[in-house]
Amino acid sequence: MVKKQIIKSDYDRARVVEESIISEAQANGFSDVDVFAIRLALEEALVNAIRHGNRLDPHKKVTVEWCVRNKELEITIEDEGKGFLPNAVPDPTQDENLERPGGRGLMLMKAYMDCVEYNKQGNIVRMCKKLHCCGK
Amino acid sequence: MTQDKPRLTIEEVGGVKIVTLSDQRILDELSIAKIGKHLNDLVLQNPKIKIILDFVNVTNMSSSALGMLITLHKRVREAGGELRLCNIQPTIQEVFKITRLDEIFQICVSKGEAIDSVE
Repeated sequence: MVKKQIIKSDYDRARVVEESIISEAQANGFSDVDVFAIRLALEEALVNAIRHGNRLDPHKKVTVEWCVRNKELEITIEDEGKGFLPNAVPDPTQDENLERPGGRGLMLMKAYMDCVEYNKQGNIVRMCKKLHCCGK
Repeated sequence: MTQDKPRLTIEEVGGVKIVTLSDQRILDELSIAKIGKHLNDLVLQNPKIKIILDFVNVTNMSSSALGMLITLHKRVREAGGELRLCNIQPTIQEVFKITRLDEIFQICVSKGEAIDSVE
């Protein structure tokens, strides 16, 4: 069953949704290592939606949908911002970017989830994590 | 929220400041900003500071926390000081490795090793 929550652009509210998704992942048998990965990716995606997407505008909403089916957790996060071009984000692991304080969120999401996809506008991200029988 | 709880504790051993991060999860933007300000003030007040950040309590970190550490690293370096990180749990160690930040920071296995490396 797909679950859905629409929240204000507020970190505390985002964290409540985050805990709901983490609880569901744990209840469905995701390992501690997978839960660490899901929490990290969720945190980055929600902060991106609130800070970069909605620019902390309290009138703009973030819509979060998630479900576990076919041994996979799928999460979709939509903000009301203009979107961005994921491919235009500089690679933070390049030598010249290593000491830049920002720009690692998207990279971590991709590293820790099995799939990370954006819509054309760049304001909706879909992430998935497969359930591994013995941890990843 | 735990706004009033101290975010870090500071002790001094042989001229080395040892800062233990209190929170399990360093995710919240406001908390990260507060930790960053506290550490920045410490560097400003102590030229050529030798500082160890102890991650023994930390189980989760965000990219914002990494950004705060990078800024701290630059400030310590500019002040002629030394920074070490220690007691980083394997899952977080992996985050440092994936982002190649293990090449920027000097990461020690234990507090003792960190103290030895700056003395």
